[in-house]
Amino acid sequence: MGEAIVVTSGKGGVGKTTTTANLGAALAFAGYKVVLIDTDIGLRNLDVVMGLENRIVYDIVDVTSGNCRLRQALIRDKRFDSLYLLPAAQTKDKTAVRPDEMEALCDELREDFDYIIIDCPAGIERGFYNAIAGADKSIVITTPEVSAVRDADRIIGLLESHELRNPKLIINRIRPKMVRQGNMMDIDDIIDILAVDLLGIVPEDEKIIVSTNRGEPAVMDAVSQSGEAYRRIAQRIRGEEVPLMNLDAPISIFDKLKKIVGRR
Amino acid sequence: MFWEMLFRVVGRDSSSSRFQAKERLRLVLVHDRAKISPYLMNRLKEDLISAISNYMVINEEAMEVHFNQDEREVVLVASIPIKKIKRDYLEKAQ
Repeated sequence: MGEAIVVTSGKGGVGKTTTTANLGAALAFAGYKVVLIDTDIGLRNLDVVMGLENRIVYDIVDVTSGNCRLRQALIRDKRFDSLYLLPAAQTKDKTAVRPDEMEALCDELREDFDYIIIDCPAGIERGFYNAIAGADKSIVITTPEVSAVRDADRIIGLLESHELRNPKLIINRIRPKMVRQGNMMDIDDIIDILAVDLLGIVPEDEKIIVSTNRGEPAVMDAVSQSGEAYRRIAQRIRGEEVPLMNLDAPISIFDKLKKIVGRR
Repeated sequence: MFWEMLFRVVGRDSSSSRFQAKERLRLVLVHDRAKISPYLMNRLKEDLISAISNYMVINEEAMEVHFNQDEREVVLVASIPIKKIKRDYLEKAQ
């Protein structure tokens, strides 16, 4: 029996879709059978982030309304042995799917897949309740900004009141240099405020833009820092203990200088 | 060493934007969590009533509990009209 994990955030633009794509790709690369569900009906995006936009025939609403069988709507990502995408509908709105339909859908997928990763829309309306309806576990994404952390707090409250206890946090787009300068909240600040378990950290990385441009998840890039971060998070999802990425590796001349001075 | 220390000082300086972000979030979340959950406020009221009732009789109807906020902190303010103080509070407490 597989496990359904919903990726949420509250605030838009903090990296839910990118995270869903990368965790899915990393888990599939490790040999697991994985299906990704885009529940952002009307604003579908997981397909383009994955580079699968040209292969869509049916979507999630076709499945729940009985226009096609589930198998027909699943798009196989040929770069992996077993990675599938169930795309969102683009022409309908979020009321086209009901929470009980999502539960039934996840139940069906659990029989064939090890991991079902659900990409939740931003906001706390119907789409959010659809996305969490069939989930066993939840991940909350935030960035080190006051607006994103505030929304994450609200989402954590909603998840816990809907039987999704102990959501796990991913802090995305950390800029180590700004943290060192005292201009960005650090990991401890955010964990202290939100009081949840940390699943992982992802540094700000220009390579994410490049990989999204190309439709190739960053975990496929061996030298990408964010790719490495997502690979580690995927390992933790599988139950392995992996240390957090060291974001303080000296990079700038100033940092190197600091090290030399410090040695005296 | 010098730089390390300097950075540490800068990081903790209350004028750093990191510190401001954390403090502002802390305050706003007190409000968010309380407003979102009337359950929290009701439970708190019930617990206050049961604790205070060991010592005095209060007017539960007229009791008020709310938050006051200034720039630096959020304060829980309870206004609880007392009807009378119990004489047997010592025995009750034991």
